[in-house]
Amino acid sequence: MTAGKLEAALALHRFGFGPVAGSIAAIADDPRGALLADLERPGAGRVAAAHLPNSAQAARALFEFRAERGAKEKLAQRAKKAAEAEGMGSAAANAPNPDGEAQAPVPQAAQTQQNPPPELPVQLVQNEGKVRIEAAVAAEIGFVERLVWFWSNHFCVSTDKILSMAGAYEREAIRPHVLGRFVDMLTAVETHPAMLFYLDNGLSIGPNSIAGINRDKSLNENLAREILELHTLGVRTGYSQDDVTRFANVLTGWTWIAFNEPSHGGEFAFVKRMHEPGEQTVVGKAYPDTGMNQGRAVLADLAQQPATAAHIAYKFARHFVADQPPPPLVDKLTKSFTDSDGNLKELAKTLIAAEESWTLERTKLKRPAEWIVSALRLSGAQWAIGRVLGSHGLLGEPLWRPPGPNGFADDESAWIDGLSQRVDIADDFASRAAERLDPVALVEAGLGPLASADTRNTVARAQTRGQALVLLLMAPEFLRR
Amino acid sequence: MTHAPSRRELLLASGTLFAWSYVPRLARAEGRDPRFLTIVLRGALDGLATVAPVGDPDWVSLRGDNALTLEGKTPALKLDDFFALNPAMPNLARMFKANEAIIVHAAATSYRERSHFDGQDVLQSGVEKPGTTRTGWLNRLLVGLAPGDRVSPNGGRVFAVGPVTPLVVRGPAPMLAWSPRRIPPASDDTIARLLDLYRHTEVNFARVLEGRMKLAAIAPAGAMEQKPTGPVSGPVSGPTIPQLRAYFAEAVGTAAKFLAQPDGPRVGALALDGWDTHYNEGIATGWLAQLLGALDAALVAVQENMGPAWRETVVALVTEFGRTARINGTEGTDHGTGTVMLLAGGALNGGRVIADWPGLKPADLFENRDLKSTIDVRGVLKGLLKDHLRADDRLLAADVFPGSADVKPMAGLVASG
Repeated sequence: MTAGKLEAALALHRFGFGPVAGSIAAIADDPRGALLADLERPGAGRVAAAHLPNSAQAARALFEFRAERGAKEKLAQRAKKAAEAEGMGSAAANAPNPDGEAQAPVPQAAQTQQNPPPELPVQLVQNEGKVRIEAAVAAEIGFVERLVWFWSNHFCVSTDKILSMAGAYEREAIRPHVLGRFVDMLTAVETHPAMLFYLDNGLSIGPNSIAGINRDKSLNENLAREILELHTLGVRTGYSQDDVTRFANVLTGWTWIAFNEPSHGGEFAFVKRMHEPGEQTVVGKAYPDTGMNQGRAVLADLAQQPATAAHIAYKFARHFVADQPPPPLVDKLTKSFTDSDGNLKELAKTLIAAEESWTLERTKLKRPAEWIVSALRLSGAQWAIGRVLGSHGLLGEPLWRPPGPNGFADDESAWIDGLSQRVDIADDFASRAAERLDPVALVEAGLGPLASADTRNTVARAQTRGQALVLLLMAPEFLRR
Repeated sequence: MTHAPSRRELLLASGTLFAWSYVPRLARAEGRDPRFLTIVLRGALDGLATVAPVGDPDWVSLRGDNALTLEGKTPALKLDDFFALNPAMPNLARMFKANEAIIVHAAATSYRERSHFDGQDVLQSGVEKPGTTRTGWLNRLLVGLAPGDRVSPNGGRVFAVGPVTPLVVRGPAPMLAWSPRRIPPASDDTIARLLDLYRHTEVNFARVLEGRMKLAAIAPAGAMEQKPTGPVSGPVSGPTIPQLRAYFAEAVGTAAKFLAQPDGPRVGALALDGWDTHYNEGIATGWLAQLLGALDAALVAVQENMGPAWRETVVALVTEFGRTARINGTEGTDHGTGTVMLLAGGALNGGRVIADWPGLKPADLFENRDLKSTIDVRGVLKGLLKDHLRADDRLLAADVFPGSADVKPMAGLVASG
């Protein structure tokens, strides 16, 4: 049973979001079976989000919000100018209400309200973030949610550029395919307006297309380059600048309907007028001009390239098992990806079946967001999405806002210096959560047989419950997986 | 297509500062106390939009309406008969006139492909082949420099702003990390207990917390105070322009405050993101101009915060590569090759644009698309490290920039060098 518990604790930390009270014992009979069962759960990877707008709706709503705000600001400026022209002292006090209503005194209740509802941009991210964090916190193990987070980071977009769609994009392009086929996820991603917007494809115009000739406009090669370098083949795999340019030609016309279009703004559109006519050769193969299908065909072939299989396998192994994953594990994953034609459920199963996934030491440093979720799960504490997302940002992993299209780093050297901030976040969390908790019991629940004698003693001897919780969350066994 | 997306591709939390608390021994023997700050501009800075070759007859036809010139609504700032600075950088122009700034143009690392991430890897690792080393050139420099006296009993460390450490500073030389403080810190007692827990099994964790304690001992006034903005709502989107300016000035200015301390660190680095201008670049008045303006203000913060130590300061701004010489189909530029290095500081023998100008005719461009590189960034950095910090040629060629023996350190960049 102890051996079972040890493997159960390992399974929960390495492949899930860490234990909740009782979960080590619950899967100790068959930890690997429990992970495989997670993959077979009906609706695995999906979240209930009927209350949330889809990406196009969100884009239109944010467009309207910004337009209204712009108008309000303009009115306020006009009023200020008019007031200045009349030589009045305090213009702001006399500015007309832009909504056209008399300015009523703020009701007492509103004044005493501590947190007024956030504005639409913050709301959009918080509502989507809440669904994401809830799914991770509530999961029995969280293996499938970890897969969602992995793929979302592999195919990342950023709220810096496309805030309205970032959360919905994950639900629409990543989640449906997380246990499906790579080519389907790839196609969903590269045709999603969030990605087209993020990597600047919307106005990329074929120089010999109708629009290109009329407007004397040409390519933007950003998306084409990053698909080859980051999403599929990987850097230094032999493609050339010419491949990038040709592929960019193929992708011209992949765009979206303008956000201000009231019923379909923000939806994907293929605009033939912008599409570069003619055959294009990409990575050694000629593709006739079949309109949008030309690009679909390139994506389908890229998904089948051996370099893509090797690239995905390496990242997958590095994320779950070790910063420098053992080559035999990478080989097994590469073979699985290739043999199954990019079946991502098979890839996950291969990871669980591989002996290396269980025998290697727990050397991975949990990334900040993962660590935050594992703390929320173990403590069972109430949480507020604003604070949780704030902690993501303070630790350098702001939700859906990576530093570049290569996503957040996945190795210890990028994150280790942030441990100093983690102590403060843990302290802040414990100051609110620890009073109702028994940290010594949490050592057992959260680490079980993984806990060293040093860690048990350190937590047991803490001055306060709050300090004990900080020491547990910052214990090496809890930081690593 | 009437949408007008705003460009906000940048991550504030990634600015990183690190520093070393020894004075290089040879410099100290000469009675000098040099400061060296490296700022990595990640995303590939458009060198031609930053310092325009207004004297090149092919310039205006190359970039059309997007070409900075000495005329028009937003005239570029004349540097010499050939080059002019982006109008968003009046302070750098002032430093240039005072012989406290140098522009190196048509420069690049040895990297000739166009991946940001490989390009940044080569720039920051100092190694020609990307993805082959996990340490940065600045960290290895410190390991190899003969240390003189410690400037602080708490010294012997390197130092970082923000929770994510960039490659240029990673390595065996220990580090101090500074982040703008947004929430109350955990108690010293808690830190001490964690140190006890880490000491035997997690030496690297312990080093981070030791660095935290030592940082407080050498912090300049204000650097450890908690800023009023709490984490309650948290950042969800890119910064506004005022936030951007405030962040650049805070990150870079705090670096300067640490370096200016009598017992503070002497070598530091940080990274600033946001330079990947594929779309609506905004060279004269838009996004790039705003970014360059923020950078210009940050250089002022360095000068002011350094005080008298400005005379002994060199700031080197570097980027992974340049951008296409021509404007792309979306009023931006794609990944390119040659670009600028911006050097500022009172220790420079400045007031010069250093370039072996390759020309802008189609045949002059690298692969008929990018400004060709005629100066190796490593040679410039080696020249600075040699004359300013007294690193010797062998160290520079073997450890700091391995395989660069043929790239001579550029002489004469430093006034007292």
